[in-house]
Amino acid sequence: MQVEKFYYDNKIVKMFAYATILWGVVGMTVGLLASLQIFWPASNFSHPMTTFGRVRPLHTNAVIFAFVGNGIFMGVYYSLQRLCKARMFSDALSKIHFWGWQIIIVAAAVTLLLGYTSGKEYAELEWPIDIAITLIWVVFGINMFGTILKRRESHLYVAIWFYIATWVTVAMLHIVNSFELPYTAMRSYSWYAGVQDALVQWWYGHNAVAFFLTTPYLGIMYYFLPKAANRPVYSYRLSIIHFWSLIFIYIWAGPHHLLYTALPDWAQSLGTVFSVMLIAPSWGGMLNGLFTLRGAWDKVREDPILKFLVVAVTCYGMSTFEGPMLSLKNVNAISHFSDWTIAHVHIGALGWNGFMTFGILYWLIPRIFGTELYSKKLATNHFWIGTIGIVLYAVPLYWAGFAQAMMWKQFTPEGQLKFQFLETVTHIIPMYITRSIGGTLYLVGVFIMVYNLWKTVATGKLIADEPAEAAPLPKVIEAHGKEYWHRWIERKPVQMLVWSFVLVAIGGILEIVPTFLIESNIPTIASVKPYTPLELHGRDIYIREGCYTCHSQMVRPFRDEVARYGEYSKAGEFVYDHPFQWGSKRTGPDLARVGGKYPDSWHYNHMLEPQSMSPGSVMPPYPWLLDDQLDASTTEAKIRAMQTLGVPYPEGYDQLARADLEKQAKQVAENLAKDKIKIQSDREIIALIAYLQRVGTDIKGEKKELAELK
Amino acid sequence: MKFINYLEKISQVDIFGMASFMIFFVFFLLMTAWALKADKKLIDEMSQIPFDQKQP
Repeated sequence: MQVEKFYYDNKIVKMFAYATILWGVVGMTVGLLASLQIFWPASNFSHPMTTFGRVRPLHTNAVIFAFVGNGIFMGVYYSLQRLCKARMFSDALSKIHFWGWQIIIVAAAVTLLLGYTSGKEYAELEWPIDIAITLIWVVFGINMFGTILKRRESHLYVAIWFYIATWVTVAMLHIVNSFELPYTAMRSYSWYAGVQDALVQWWYGHNAVAFFLTTPYLGIMYYFLPKAANRPVYSYRLSIIHFWSLIFIYIWAGPHHLLYTALPDWAQSLGTVFSVMLIAPSWGGMLNGLFTLRGAWDKVREDPILKFLVVAVTCYGMSTFEGPMLSLKNVNAISHFSDWTIAHVHIGALGWNGFMTFGILYWLIPRIFGTELYSKKLATNHFWIGTIGIVLYAVPLYWAGFAQAMMWKQFTPEGQLKFQFLETVTHIIPMYITRSIGGTLYLVGVFIMVYNLWKTVATGKLIADEPAEAAPLPKVIEAHGKEYWHRWIERKPVQMLVWSFVLVAIGGILEIVPTFLIESNIPTIASVKPYTPLELHGRDIYIREGCYTCHSQMVRPFRDEVARYGEYSKAGEFVYDHPFQWGSKRTGPDLARVGGKYPDSWHYNHMLEPQSMSPGSVMPPYPWLLDDQLDASTTEAKIRAMQTLGVPYPEGYDQLARADLEKQAKQVAENLAKDKIKIQSDREIIALIAYLQRVGTDIKGEKKELAELK
Repeated sequence: MKFINYLEKISQVDIFGMASFMIFFVFFLLMTAWALKADKKLIDEMSQIPFDQKQP
C-alpha cells in the first residue's frame, strides 16, 4: 500500500509545554504565599487582593487548570498525533485552543483577585468565564475527535480512551455544576441551594480530581511511561479493565466529601461503597505502570526521567489507597476539616501530577528540539530536592491534621472540652512552618528544571514540523482473531464517546436526581426564613472574601462539635443558601452557629484586628470592610434573582428591599454606637455583621422534642 | 425551572444504591471476561502502538 507522508505539529506541543512551566511556577509560588499566610498573618499585607481568602482559590485554580491543564494538553497534543499517525485535525483550532485557554487563565487570575467568585471550590470562576471555558473545551474536543477520525492507525490505543473519557466527563461536570443565574455582568448565584448545591458541587469537585487530574494523566502515563522505558505496557488487558472500571466507579464517589453532613444518609453510604471499590482499578493502574519497568530497574537508577515517573506512579498508588480510607466514616470523622486532607491532595498534586509533568517535560523538550537534555545531573538533583520537598510538605501536615482533630475531640474528666479552638491552631504552627519549607524545596526544584530546560532549548532547534509516514487506514480493517464487541466500539470513536458518556451519566443521574426530586430527603423547617436584603449583601461579602476557605458552616453530629459550636446542622437549614457555604477545611472555627454568639462590636473589632479579640489568632485582618461603601444598587437584582431560584420573597419585594436594608443597617450601626464605635450605616462591615449574626439562628430558639419520661 | 422537590417522597430509596451497584458489577464482570478472553495477537499489537514510529 502507498505510504503517505505527513508532519507532526511540534510547535503547539512546545507552546503548551512553555505554558505548563510558566503557570506551574506562578501557581506554586502563590501556593507558597498561601502557606505562609496560614501561620504568619502579616503576609496577607492587609490588602483584599493579597489576603488568603482570595489567594487560596487563585492557587488551587492555577495549579489545577493552568499548570495541570496545560500539562494535559501538552501530553495529549504530543501523544495523540503519534498514536493516530496523523497531524492534529486543524492548526487553527490548535491555536484557538491554546490562546483561548491562556486568556481564560489570565481572566481567572484577575477576577479571582478582584473577588469575583461563585463561592464553590475549584469552580470559583464566574459565569462569563464559565461560558468561555465551555467554548474552548468544545474547540479542544473538535480538534481531538477530528484527529481521531482522520487517523492512520486502525486501533485506538488505551491512552486515547482516557482522553475521550476526560473530554466528555469534564464537559458534563463543568456544565452541570456551573448552572448559575447571573444578576450582574460579573456575578451570579448558584442555581442549586444548600444540600443539593453541596451534592452537585462535590460530585463535580471529586470528579474534577478524577477526570482532570487523574484520567488524562493516566492516558499520558500509558503513552509516556512505555516510551521512556522503551518497552510496552506490562498488561494491555489490565489497562482495558483499568479504564472501564475506573471511569465507571469514579463518578459515584463524590458524596464521600460530605460524610456526617446534612446530606441524606443513603447518598453518603453510596459514596463510601464506591470509594472503597475504587482501590481496585486504581491499584490495577498503578501496578500496571510499575510492572512495565520489570527488568528495567537498572535504568531507573540512571535515568532521572524514569525516577520521576516511578515516584509519580507510586504517589498515585498512595493517594488512591488513602482516598478510599478517608471515605470510611470512622476515618473521615478525624480527617475531614483538618490538614490531613491537604496532605492527601498534595501527595496527588506534587507527586502524581507534578512529577509526571516534570518527567514528561524532561523527555519531550529534548525530542522536539532535536537535542539532548542539557544536564542529567541537574535533573537528578531536581528529582531529589522535589522528593524531599514532598516528604517535608506532607508528613508535618499528616501530623498536624491528626493532632488537631484529636485535640478537637478531647474532653476533661469533668466533661468540658479540653482545648479552645485557637489552642489547637497554635499547637500545629510548627508543622505549618515545616510544610512551607517543604513547599519551598519543591519550588526550588522547579526553578532548577526551568534552568535546565532553558539550556536544553538553547542548544537545539525546534523541529516545528516533524516528518512521519504511514499507510492510510484501509477501507476494510483486518481483524486479528475473532471479532469482539470491543472492536465494534473501537472502530467508531464517536461510539466510544457515547458509551463513556452513558457510563458517567448513569452514575451522576442515579446519585443526584433522588436528592432533587424527593422532598423527604430534605425536611423543611418552618422557622427557616430567607435572608433579609442586608444579610444577603453580607453573605455575598462573605463569599467574595473567601471566608469558606478557612471556616466551615457545618456542625457534624459529634459530641465535641455540638459542645463546641451548638446544635448540629440540619439539611432544612440551607434551603435558601445559593450557593451553599459548608466549607471543607477548618483553619478557623466552624461558623454554622456563630449568630448571636458575640456582640456586634466584637465582630467589628475582630474584622479590624483579629488578634485584638483573640490573641494569637492567625486570621488575616479585613480593614477595608470598615471603609468601603456597600454597593446597595444591586439589591433589587439580587432579590429578583433569588425569587427566580425559588426563594419565597413576597411578590414585588425587590422594590421594598432597599428600605428594609437601610432600616436594618441603621439598627446595626446603633448597636455599634452603644459600644462607642462610630460608623456610617452604609459600610460593608455592617452587612457582614448582619449576616454573621443571622447564621444558624433560625432554629436556635426551637424547642427540642424530648422523649417523654414515664 | 426551579430545582425544588417534584415528588413528595420515595419509598425504599436504597434501591438506588443497590441498582447502582448491580449495574456496575454486571458491567465489570462482562468487561473483565472480555479482556481476559481477547485474542493475544490483538492485545500484543495494540500494546505496540506507541512504538510504531521512529524517534528523531
